Amino acid sequence: MTTNSASVSEASQWVEVCRLTDLTPDTGVCALIENKQIALFYSGKLNELFAIDNFDPIGKANVLSRGIIGSQGDRICVASPLYKQHFDLKTGECLEEPEHSVAAYAVKVEDEWVSIAIN
Amino acid sequence: MTTERIIVVGNGMVGHKFIDTVINSDNPENYEIVTFSEEPRLAYDRVKLSSYFSGSSVDDLMLTSEEHYQSSGVVYTLNDKVLEIDGDAKTVTTASGKVEGYDKLVLATGSFPFVPPIPGKDQPHCLVYRTIEDLEDITASAQESKVGVVVGGGLLGLEAANALKNLGLETHVVEFAPRLMAVQLDEGGGNLLRRKVESLDVNVHTEKNTKNIGAGKKRRYVMEFTDGSELETDMIVFSAGIRPQDELARNNGIDIGERGGIVVDNYCRTSVEDIYAIGECALWDGKIFGLVAPGYQMAKVAYAHINGDSDQFTGADMSTKLKLLGVDVASIGDAHARTPGAQTYTYEDGVNEVYKRIIVSEDGKKLLGAVLVGDAESYGTLQQMCVNDMALPESPEQLILPASDGSAGASMGVDALPDAAQLCSCLDVTKGDIVDAVQSGCCSMGDIKDKTGASTGCGGCAALVKSVMDKELENLGVEVNNHICEHFEYSRAELADIVRVKKIESFDALLDSHGKGLGCDICKPAVGSILASFWNDYVLEDKHIGLQDTNDIYLGNMQKDGTYSIVPRVAGGEITPDKLIVLGQVAKEFNLYTKVTGGQRIDLFGAQLHELPLIWKQLVDAGFETGHAYGKSLRTVKSCVGSTWCRYGVQDSVGMAIALENRYKGVRSPHKIKFGVSGCTRECAEAQSKDFGVIATENGWNLYVCGNGGMRPRHADLFATDLDDETLVKYIDRAMMFYIRTADRLQRTSVWLENLEGGLDYLRDVVINDKLNIAQELEDDMTSNIGKYQCEWKTTIENPEKLKRFRHFVNSEEQDTNLAYVVERDQRRPATEAERENHIPAVEVTA
Repeated sequence: MTTNSASVSEASQWVEVCRLTDLTPDTGVCALIENKQIALFYSGKLNELFAIDNFDPIGKANVLSRGIIGSQGDRICVASPLYKQHFDLKTGECLEEPEHSVAAYAVKVEDEWVSIAIN
Repeated sequence: MTTERIIVVGNGMVGHKFIDTVINSDNPENYEIVTFSEEPRLAYDRVKLSSYFSGSSVDDLMLTSEEHYQSSGVVYTLNDKVLEIDGDAKTVTTASGKVEGYDKLVLATGSFPFVPPIPGKDQPHCLVYRTIEDLEDITASAQESKVGVVVGGGLLGLEAANALKNLGLETHVVEFAPRLMAVQLDEGGGNLLRRKVESLDVNVHTEKNTKNIGAGKKRRYVMEFTDGSELETDMIVFSAGIRPQDELARNNGIDIGERGGIVVDNYCRTSVEDIYAIGECALWDGKIFGLVAPGYQMAKVAYAHINGDSDQFTGADMSTKLKLLGVDVASIGDAHARTPGAQTYTYEDGVNEVYKRIIVSEDGKKLLGAVLVGDAESYGTLQQMCVNDMALPESPEQLILPASDGSAGASMGVDALPDAAQLCSCLDVTKGDIVDAVQSGCCSMGDIKDKTGASTGCGGCAALVKSVMDKELENLGVEVNNHICEHFEYSRAELADIVRVKKIESFDALLDSHGKGLGCDICKPAVGSILASFWNDYVLEDKHIGLQDTNDIYLGNMQKDGTYSIVPRVAGGEITPDKLIVLGQVAKEFNLYTKVTGGQRIDLFGAQLHELPLIWKQLVDAGFETGHAYGKSLRTVKSCVGSTWCRYGVQDSVGMAIALENRYKGVRSPHKIKFGVSGCTRECAEAQSKDFGVIATENGWNLYVCGNGGMRPRHADLFATDLDDETLVKYIDRAMMFYIRTADRLQRTSVWLENLEGGLDYLRDVVINDKLNIAQELEDDMTSNIGKYQCEWKTTIENPEKLKRFRHFVNSEEQDTNLAYVVERDQRRPATEAERENHIPAVEVTA
């Protein structure tokens, strides 16, 4: 299992959110960490986890975890289920409208437990 | 500038075309248009008149409407005939005594059917075939008749014969000449056409000259021929050619040709100043033009002259291509090889009943004409070569010989066509127009039709127009790339073939063998849909769940705030009071906004993810099934109440709608599919705006295909008539599966049909005549899909693993706090951004 190491710093705090078995490959779920909604994705093909904000800044709803994941060129993305803009799962950048990018979070798996790092 | 007053006498196709040309010109405000028609309605499509017998209504045939004329400032009078013209005072006087002044007068009086002067021709049940009223008379007469005779074996005669046959009569065609379609066909072509027509149970009698119509012994009448033979019949339809309706001009001092017709010059001017004649009443260079395209040209020329332009009418190509009694027939140019020195090549295939003959110039360099019977596919190519004087290939016979691999004969490179070549004669669209359209961004047949009108008349030029479009796209360097996305170098139809033929059962297997990358939100749902169409697994299975689009993945319709709407299936729109109460109770308990849909169902809005299974548990317990409102699949079969209650219904439309909805529910397809079933021709279910429309007749069902509402509405086309239940279902099975196999991603049936080469006729060939020999396969695929139907919500609420995903947070029972609602008209709706900012008190959300 590869885990995403986006923006981990000294101040980062790892929070366990679920077991790996709670996740279905190639789909996402939403985790609640300190009143923040974070979308967590599991790519079965890459065997890799990603986390970005769940709030879709364009559709203005908490839905990104429910989008389809895939690739655009070399970038791993989720497509917003509302209006289909793509968000880079490693950086949170919105490919179509970069001014509406979101935050990305580091993810790790230890003893089958998935943790997300928040600042 | 003062306006000029134009009176148009006659509101047939050509008269209307003239008016339409003025209305759509750059300066319609310069003209005041007044028109008179002796018929009870405005212009309708006489070319498609015979479709009236196969279910088209008068409305379908109308070319314009009174509202349109009114809003365009056209003054019209129906049921009133112009009787007098005063060329000096510039006035006309009508039968009702109306007197109107004009600046310019346009005569578009058309033609009337020629009835040979046979004693007995004026009795009842001796009819003609020209107007909608004539068709009504023929229908009425047929109800009291068993045998019908058409006098005249030309184009219209054979159409009339088809009509009599469809009305259930024993049908005969009586022709004076030695063969059918003597004007257009040579002996070989005429003979083959006769064989084909006779094999369809139409009796052909050639070289018969009727001398008397008397009282019959067994049937109503007996026709006595000059050769001593007789034919008994109950009714007679005369279709022995047309004569120009020139009486008005003749009686008012306008020059008439020796054998009739109002003499006009290249500007369509008659012998009297400021009076024009156009269409079938006009005689140009000693010729009457009995086709609509030259009439349209005359309309444009006359308008141009009135408007101060100098366009001229210089004759017209009289080539024709049509399907008569299901037989393809075409005649081009000098079909009879009358040009001095003309040489011919003939190809005859007695087994497949194909006859082709080309007529070439003495030096063998130019094509002068052609006759095609049984296979008219090369019509477009040959007609263009002929009218554009293009050089023939070295071995001209290649143009009609089948290629050795069995495919169609050699075709002409469209590059060789001049820009001025008229590809669509109905709408007068040239190759140059198509090229311009492509250069301005059109890249599909749908675009081309919208922009230029090409192929929207008879449709005969579709194949040629498409080749010109494809070639121009290629010339422009537009890569005609139909790849679905960057992950698969295949079109959706190709992927569907791969999945079906190689029996691929998952996206990952397809991606590994035929794609690259991870896939995306384009190819994943498309492949998910294809897999479901052929194998119909549960869509939330682990290997399929990541392919499901926004709505499918949670089996609900996501709304703007991330909540869902729920639509249980209400097959045919029939629901018991008890079930209606359950819907009300559930909506009340979960405080769902409730609305009745256009598809005769109830939509319940505002359910949060965690509420979906709770709601569906109650619905499934009450006997509801999922309505697939979230899927690209069969949505609803809308119905009217039909013969069980309605005073006018002729079949049980609700019963049929429920049967169809239950048959096709859950079938995934390239886009959503809607059905409608109406219990009579009043069409209260609006079936003609659906992908598959079914309309009851006295004898069964008429099937319409490929209609839709929405952004670009399209009337469905009549596909087959008077079907029994079993045949109806068989045709729908085949057509729907053929659509599933061959359509593009998210392509509705309407656009699919418009882009299907060969169009409606081809679809009929595949579905009804099994041209591709796949009808059984298509039915089997449909049967297999239907056999695996399951209510996805019932499966889901019985599966605790799947239910885990129906909550907002993976690590908390909290709910989404971002939801805010206001009450409007006694129900809640999402708060707008302004309402959120103004902190209008939100509604309490229950559960």
